[in-house]
Amino acid sequence: MTTTPETANPSTTAADRVGGDRVAGTLYTDPALFEQEMDRIFHRTWVWVAHESEIARAGDFKTAWVGRRPVIVSRDRRGGINVLLNRCRHRGASVCETPKGNGAGFTCPYHAWSYSLDGTLRGIPYPEGYEDVVEKKDLPLQRLKVGTYAGMIFASFAEEIEPLEDFLGGARMWIDRFMKQGAGYPIKVQGEHKFRFRGNWKIQLENTTDWYHFPIVHRSWMSSVDAETASMLSIMTDETAVTHALGNGHSVSVSVAEHADLDVDDGTEKLQDRFSHIVEELSKDLPPEKVRRIVRSLHGAGFNLNLFPNVAMSMAFFRVLRPLSVDETEVRHVALGLEGGPDIVNRERLRIHEHFQGPFGFGSPDDAEAWNRVQRGVAGGADMPILVNRGLGREKPNDLGQPTSHATDETGMREAYAMWKRMMTDGN
Amino acid sequence: MATEAPATAAVAAELPLDDPRALAAVSLIWREAHLLDARRYEDWDGLWAEGGEYVVPIDRDATDFASCLNLVYDDDRMRRMRIERLTGGFSISAAAAARTVRSVSRFVVTGREDDAIEIRSAQILVGYKREETFVLAADVTHRIVFGADGPRISRKIVRLVNSEDTVTASGFLL
Repeated sequence: MTTTPETANPSTTAADRVGGDRVAGTLYTDPALFEQEMDRIFHRTWVWVAHESEIARAGDFKTAWVGRRPVIVSRDRRGGINVLLNRCRHRGASVCETPKGNGAGFTCPYHAWSYSLDGTLRGIPYPEGYEDVVEKKDLPLQRLKVGTYAGMIFASFAEEIEPLEDFLGGARMWIDRFMKQGAGYPIKVQGEHKFRFRGNWKIQLENTTDWYHFPIVHRSWMSSVDAETASMLSIMTDETAVTHALGNGHSVSVSVAEHADLDVDDGTEKLQDRFSHIVEELSKDLPPEKVRRIVRSLHGAGFNLNLFPNVAMSMAFFRVLRPLSVDETEVRHVALGLEGGPDIVNRERLRIHEHFQGPFGFGSPDDAEAWNRVQRGVAGGADMPILVNRGLGREKPNDLGQPTSHATDETGMREAYAMWKRMMTDGN
Repeated sequence: MATEAPATAAVAAELPLDDPRALAAVSLIWREAHLLDARRYEDWDGLWAEGGEYVVPIDRDATDFASCLNLVYDDDRMRRMRIERLTGGFSISAAAAARTVRSVSRFVVTGREDDAIEIRSAQILVGYKREETFVLAADVTHRIVFGADGPRISRKIVRLVNSEDTVTASGFLL
């Protein structure tokens, strides 16, 4: 009997395909490997599903995905957060096809089995046929393990999984810093752009802490914004623009060092002229230091944080990836605002988001074009490695011991692939 | 003049052929479709009235576009920057833009003022890029103003049927 590389033991093939500074092109093209990734990564680690502001009130729910499995994220009457498999226990129909809403529970449209917001099976119509056959308490919607940190909701199919805080580890400090863009107000979701590209999910995973592509792929966006905004992102020559590997596949890439911690302000930074109308409006009600604090946060945090495997916290938005197949991926760019904050600020943040993001933005279509070109090109030489070795020679540990290099270096990708390799090969 | 989304508006379902402005509006909208398919964006800009508003909302029922996230929400400045992006040669997605062929039909006049009319239509756009052909369908609302220079677009709202789902776009305008 012969064994093709595509169907060989995943533990050996995965190990062979990922080196420290290069990975095999087949990582983007092998359908069998994709199936293993769903089982070994997406169905057993912490996967981001929602932000708490999306289900703020009792009865609120939204649908989401963990790998390729549909789930419902709900807020029950006691304020608890539930993540439920969107599959009726009777014949398997999805019980919710409304993307978001508020309700008392979920009723299967097929035979009207009804479930409460926490997944408990409440009612079976015409129960006579189920006497001594079914106990309702035995058949709730399947519940996933839920963890939250700083308003970010994660879920896992794995019962035995390390605590979310341990998994996030070195990323937690950066999540805390990211939320400071609220300038004292809680962060809220203000909508999202959703698009797909023809390419493997790991192409997207690599992108968020890749500042090397930014001035090249986003030249048309840079030429459309004012010089102040563009110079904020003069990354290639900025020595303070650094990237850190944070462990467990996570990484952060700092693009605007003076905005890495928005609570720190030495007073030397001039507020951008483009926001002068906002300064004027806010100054009617707020003291100057509060106005300055809000306006300095309008572009979000000065860094991109990549959380393995499916969410990034980038400047002023969340980027969520959903693997669809080996060569197709869905991306959501979730716009953020200030809960209870000034309307003029939240509107400006929407306009900034629209300018870059989404299928008709000035940035996202160019990213998607580049990612699609990777998928098409790599198929032409699947045996050739993908290089993630930029900056290897100048990578050094920071004072926390985290591998650190320039923001345009590929330290974040090496960290993600090290985690990928660990998850794809451990236990074998 | 009515600005509600098509789903909620009370629509007068007719194209008044006795009103020459209705035919002038239809003619302008067809010319616009022709220019967009030909990617003659500078000429397209010339169809707009000063202060024109170009919107592709995500929420099909939205009317307060300023307060919610849109796919496109352009004033004159943003529209012209968009044209610069699509014609300037610096955008890899615009350089590899899909070919498009669109058909605009099912015209209904939904509002009439002394100097303007509102007209709704259906747009079916077929795009082609790299071995893939795709379709985008939309309800479109134009507000056409009639001044000394003839008819001009003062507002265009493109409500895609799939605006709340994933949207495919490849370097062209709706």
